[in-house]
Amino acid sequence: MKPAPFDYVVAASPREAVQYLADVEDASAKIIAGGQSLMPLLALRLARPSLLVDINRIPGLETIERISETTIRIGTLVRHRMLCAQTNSPLLHEAARWIGHSAIRTRGTIGGSLAHADPAAELPIVAVATGMVIEVMGPSTQRTVDAQDFFIGTLENSLADDEMIVSVISPLPERWGFAEYTRRHGDFGLVTVAAAEVQGEVKIAVGGVGSKPVRMLESEGLVNDSVTLSGQLIDQAARAAAASVEPNGDFHGSARYRIGLVEELVRRSLRQLGSGQADSEVDWS
Amino acid sequence: MRVTLSVNGKPATIDVEPRRTLADALREDLGLTGTHLGCEHGVCGACTVMLDGLPVRACLVLAVQAEGASLLTVEGLAGEDGALHPLQQSFTEHHALQCGFCTPGMLISALDLLNRIPNPTRAEIRSEMSGNICRCTGYNSITDAILAAARSLTQKD
Ligand SMILES: Cc1cc2nc3c(=O)[nH]c(=O)nc-3n(C[C@H](O)[C@H](O)[C@H](O)COP(=O)(O)OP(=O)(O)OC[C@H]3O[C@@H](n4cnc5c(N)ncnc54)[C@H](O)[C@@H]3O)c2cc1C
Ligand code: FES
Ligand code: FES
Repeated sequence: MKPAPFDYVVAASPREAVQYLADVEDASAKIIAGGQSLMPLLALRLARPSLLVDINRIPGLETIERISETTIRIGTLVRHRMLCAQTNSPLLHEAARWIGHSAIRTRGTIGGSLAHADPAAELPIVAVATGMVIEVMGPSTQRTVDAQDFFIGTLENSLADDEMIVSVISPLPERWGFAEYTRRHGDFGLVTVAAAEVQGEVKIAVGGVGSKPVRMLESEGLVNDSVTLSGQLIDQAARAAAASVEPNGDFHGSARYRIGLVEELVRRSLRQLGSGQADSEVDWS
Repeated sequence: MRVTLSVNGKPATIDVEPRRTLADALREDLGLTGTHLGCEHGVCGACTVMLDGLPVRACLVLAVQAEGASLLTVEGLAGEDGALHPLQQSFTEHHALQCGFCTPGMLISALDLLNRIPNPTRAEIRSEMSGNICRCTGYNSITDAILAAARSLTQKD
């Protein structure tokens, strides 16, 4: 289908973009970044904004900047392709590789992915596991939101109608693991797990089992309370994760199947976190 | 809105509604019907074109967003003299198309793949081309065609 009519403006700065959002009375203005989630919604007429505010030409938002030994700042317009290419964060490199296809990664942005808040999307899961901090601007405000509080539910974030993401502060984990299962390369994961150790504390976030990335608190406790990450402890943490989730089944996989995936993928991501090495990748040939 | 861009090396100016997708602008406003539309929401890959040297879904870009951009569509693959691009040649030799509906997107995605991975393995081709759907040929002959084109292109250099 074709999108319904809308007006279109190009913003020159974040402040101008949020002013455009604020000036539309019925809050029916939308930001367009990579368009890789919004354009399908427009085409299917699941979204019918009266105004699109294009932020792609705002200078300075497409950069990754090292702000300390252990943190980077990522501009909202940094494309998935650029996350694949950067070397500051090996975890973000690995996660971004799993997003869609080359043509999607050309345009899709980190800010768009976080704002879109798809519970199976890779970047929100990494954001929660690493404790990213999202830098947000409104017409007269500026604030930060912890990733943990940013996601409210399926496709629902905690931004006001006239706020936008400008950048994210991303801690660089000392150790990490990432594991995802998809039926076809490039599809959204059935279950996706990111485990990250930041300043000595391990967090584990799982996607595909709820309306937003879900923390595995019991498994985290087991790992954080123990000095060494033995195989036995990893198994225990994986079983605790599986016991804690209540996914819905759908035609992609039953609830039991997803629970099985949670156990196995938590196990793999913790093994990788412990050893620095991923389990060998699936051979698609 | 007026949009000025370059398509296959030639300058073009169009006047479009903001809601016009780049794919529709190419087909309807510029008469370049080689870019095909299957799903119109990003999943089939038929509309894939190069924008400033990188692959995009033309159904997921607004024409007004392409202001100043340089595009390559399937019509721009063959040489000035009409000689087929090595990928096109290889697709015909390996029976990598039947109805041809998916082929423009397959060719542009394959070009992007070879730009990034000049000597891909079969497994790499299968995973990299997973965003392009073909309803008739089956993917083996498409994989064969890309492998053969990769060989002929790398031998030439
Ligand atoms: C075929 C296909 C496969 C895909 N596969 C995957 C996948 O496997 N994993 C995955 O994670 N994603 C996948 N995606 C989605 C892709 O990652 C998108 O790029 C991403 O979800 C949205 O980013 P965007 O920049 O394209 O945002 P847009 O589509 O432009 O916007 C999405 C939403 O975010 C809002 N928004 C954008 N930027 C901001 C901002 N700075 N501040 C406030 N709000 C903002 C918009 O208003 C809109 O509501 C896929 C998409 C397609 C079409
Ligand atoms: S028509 Fe654009 S991806 Fe299907
Ligand atoms: S050749 Fe018919 S869809 Fe691919």
